Parts: sequence; C-alpha cells; structure tokens
Amino acid sequence: MRGGAAALLLIAATMASGDERLSGTAFMSPETRAMQADDLANPGMFAVLEGARLWEETAGVSGRSCAGCHGDAAETMKGVAARYPAFDEASNAAVDLTARVNLCRTRHQDADPLPPEDPRLLALTTFIGHQSRGQKIEPDPDPRLQPWRELGARLFRTRMGQLNFSCANCHDDNAGRHLAGNPIPQGHATGYPIYRLEWQSMGSLQRRFRNCLVGVRAEPFAYGSREFIALELFLADRAAGMTIETPAVRP
Amino acid sequence: MRRVVAAAAAICAAGGVCAGEGMPPLTSTPGDPERGRAIVIDRETGLCLLCHSGPFPEVTFQGDLAPSLEGVGARLDAAALRLRLVDSRRVNPDTIMPPYHSTDNLNRVGAEWRGKPILSAQQIEDVVAFLATMTEVAQ
Ligand code: HEC
Ligand code: HEC
Repeated sequence: MRGGAAALLLIAATMASGDERLSGTAFMSPETRAMQADDLANPGMFAVLEGARLWEETAGVSGRSCAGCHGDAAETMKGVAARYPAFDEASNAAVDLTARVNLCRTRHQDADPLPPEDPRLLALTTFIGHQSRGQKIEPDPDPRLQPWRELGARLFRTRMGQLNFSCANCHDDNAGRHLAGNPIPQGHATGYPIYRLEWQSMGSLQRRFRNCLVGVRAEPFAYGSREFIALELFLADRAAGMTIETPAVRP
Repeated sequence: MRRVVAAAAAICAAGGVCAGEGMPPLTSTPGDPERGRAIVIDRETGLCLLCHSGPFPEVTFQGDLAPSLEGVGARLDAAALRLRLVDSRRVNPDTIMPPYHSTDNLNRVGAEWRGKPILSAQQIEDVVAFLATMTEVAQ
C-alpha cells in the first residue's frame, strides 16, 4: 500500500516533467527501493567491486588486463553502457556490452569467452554499467543498426508462447496493473545487470527476457542471439533519455 | 460455422451484448463444478486469477488485468462461457485472454507445451460448469 502511494508520487513527479516513462524501480516496494539507493545495502555493489578487481586482472595468453588497454574505467568507460548495443565493424553486427566483453577477451586477451551469466561476466558488465550511473541513455545512432532496431520493434509486438502474449501486451498496454500480486513495470532496462533477491545473484537483461518468455510458455531465444540483441537495442531506443541506475535491485 | 462465429463476434463488438453466440459442449460427460473451481484458483493450471479477480477468499493475490468473475454466470450462459474459454480471440481478436483450448495461430510455443492446449476438453467443461454457478453478486 505504502509502495503504491510512493509510486504514485513518483508518477506525479515524472508526469509534471512531461515524461510518463517510469523506471522499474518506481514499481518496487519501498524496502527494495531503499536497498537499491544505499550503496552500502545494495548487494549489486559487490558485483561492481568484483568487476573492478577483474578489470585489473590479466586474462588469457596475452597477459593483458582490461585496464592494460582501457586504463581508468571511471574515465574511459563513462557513458559506454549508455550507448550500447553498438555496431561492431569486425563482426559487421550489433553487439551488446556482454558480447563486447567477450570480444575483448577473444580478440585482445587471447582468452576464452565467458559463458552466459558467468559471475565474472556479470561482474565486469555491472562494473562497466555502473560507470554510466546517473547518465542518460543515448542509443547509438549508427544507421547500420537499423535492421536490429526494426527486428526488436517487431519482436516486442509479436505474440508468443502458449499464453499468446507480446512484450507490448504487458509492458505498453498493462504496465502498472497486476499479474496476481505482481506489478507489471513498463519494462525499461535502466538498471541492468540487476541483483535479484529471489536468485540471490546478479542477472543480465537477457536472463530477464528469458524469464518473461518462459512466463508466457514461449521458447526463449538463445543467449547472445540476434533476436535478444535486437530487443536490447529496441529497449534502449524506448528508454532514450532515461537515467541509468546500474546496479538495480529487484525482488 | 466459422461465419456464424464471426457474425456473433461482430454483434458483440458493436453492442457489447453477446447473446446467442456460443459453443456446444466439448464432451458428453457433464462438467464438475467443484473440479472447475479448483482449476480456476490454481496458479499453474487455470492461471485465471493472474488476470481476473473474484470471490475466492483463499486466494490472496488476484490480478487486475481483466474484469471480475463475480456474477459471470448471470451475464453469460454456458455456451458463451465455453466459447470464451476455448478461444477468446473469436469474441475479441485483440484479447489478452489466452486461448485455453486452441493451438491455432500460436508462435514459438515452448517445447514442453507445443501442440497442447492449456486445458483439456474435460477441464474446459469443469470450468464452464463452475462459472455457470457464479450467478451471485455481493451487494
Ligand atoms: C505476461 C506479462 C509479461 C510479458 C508478456 C513480458 N513481460 Fe517483461 N515483465 C513482466 C513482469 C511482471 C516483470 C517484473 C518482474 C519483477 O521484476 O518482479 C517484467 C520485467 C521486465 C523487464 C525488467 C524491468 C525492470 O525494471 O527490472 C524487462 C526489461 C522486460 N520485462 C522486458 C520484456 C520483454 C522484452 C518481453 C518480451 C520478449 C517481455 N518483457 C514480456 C511481465 C511480462
Ligand atoms: C492473461 C489474462 C487472462 C487470463 C489468464 C484469463 N482471462 Fe478471462 N478475460 C481476460 C480479459 C482481458 C477479458 C475481457 C474480455 C476480453 O478482453 O477479451 C476476459 C474475459 C473473460 C470472461 C468473460 C467475462 C465477461 O463478463 O464478459 C470469462 C468468463 C473469463 N474471462 C473467464 C476466464 C477463466 C475461467 C480463466 C481461466 C481458466 C481466464 N478467464 C483466464 C483476461 C484473462
């Protein structure tokens, strides 16, 4: 109830600024919001710290660390998460931050790519995402990303699964309503990777997509698939101008 | 048959009154209202209260994506209830209510559920029998 009132205040504040978009955080309980807001209580900060450690650690035959090429992440990684997914010349495709980290491992560190949802991969992407906390999402305008933008927009409206729902059915048409007791957020990916209390661990945006798809009894797309990158890009466009919160906390 | 359903849907959409449209029983065994109630309140089987609410005091968290089921048996007869359960898209093409006994025009259904309807024919009859008993509306 109190959560509802606080969410309404937040809604009122955003509406006054003429933007009706709300971060998923606005739909959380006051307890979860307080936990996210306090760096000493936010369990996602452990991933940020672990990411900072991995940033300095050498990997692979190259004996190089991320810092060896990129230096101080506070400077060189500021704003990077705000404009991802981006176009990668060498693979001639859209890549998200997770794929970029693995491309750096294989191309520059001579290391194996880390598997999806590996804690090290989540720590590095959380650490990099955190360097953009407080910045506005500003998607990459590269025209070569257009096919991904269009695929993402189309997938968002495509009904899927035995329960026959599209992402838009929930996040555009029914956001703010409740599935059983659970509020449906608008689905803006402003705080990913997130710490999820239910999992007792970090999780990527693609893990969130898989949960939503399995929820409607659909066959989820594979981690790293063109479809998931396209959805990520579409969500970045949809959330352009909203503020990055990584790491967010979710129930 | 298809045309009759389409015509009924058109009347429905225009006036909101859906009299006369419906579907005959799917099985020869009459539905069991008690089993039907159990299906309606179960989060994995019926999933109904994810979206709907209704007079089910034991279910603490109910949805608000859909109209209350209270008094639904007074608003709709068994044939009309059955049609909506089997495939609500035949009444409202844009509905978010899942098609409970149709596998037509679905996309990327998970391997575990592919080719199977959400509820069996007999389960549909049970739910219809139960909904038909829900004729009361609290004052
Ligand atoms: C049947 C409803 C439903 C459908 C369909 C659905 N979602 Fe969700 N989604 C939810 C709910 C409920 C949550 C909140 C879960 C939580 O955090 O507890 C959520 C969370 C999210 C979030 C995270 C928001 C945040 O702030 O943490 C994103 C992003 C998202 N969904 C995207 C999608 C995409 C993309 C699709 C389609 C591929 C999709 N959803 C399909 C119900 C749905
Ligand atoms: C994902 C959401 C959802 C689920 C799950 C769902 N419904 Fe519905 N239902 C709706 C919506 C929305 C409507 C309103 C009509 C429309 O939009 O098609 C509706 C309408 C109905 C109606 C007609 C009500 C009236 O007064 O006209 C009945 C009866 C009904 N549902 C029964 C059920 C039963 C029983 C179940 C479970 C076995 C169920 N529904 C599951 C969303 C849902």
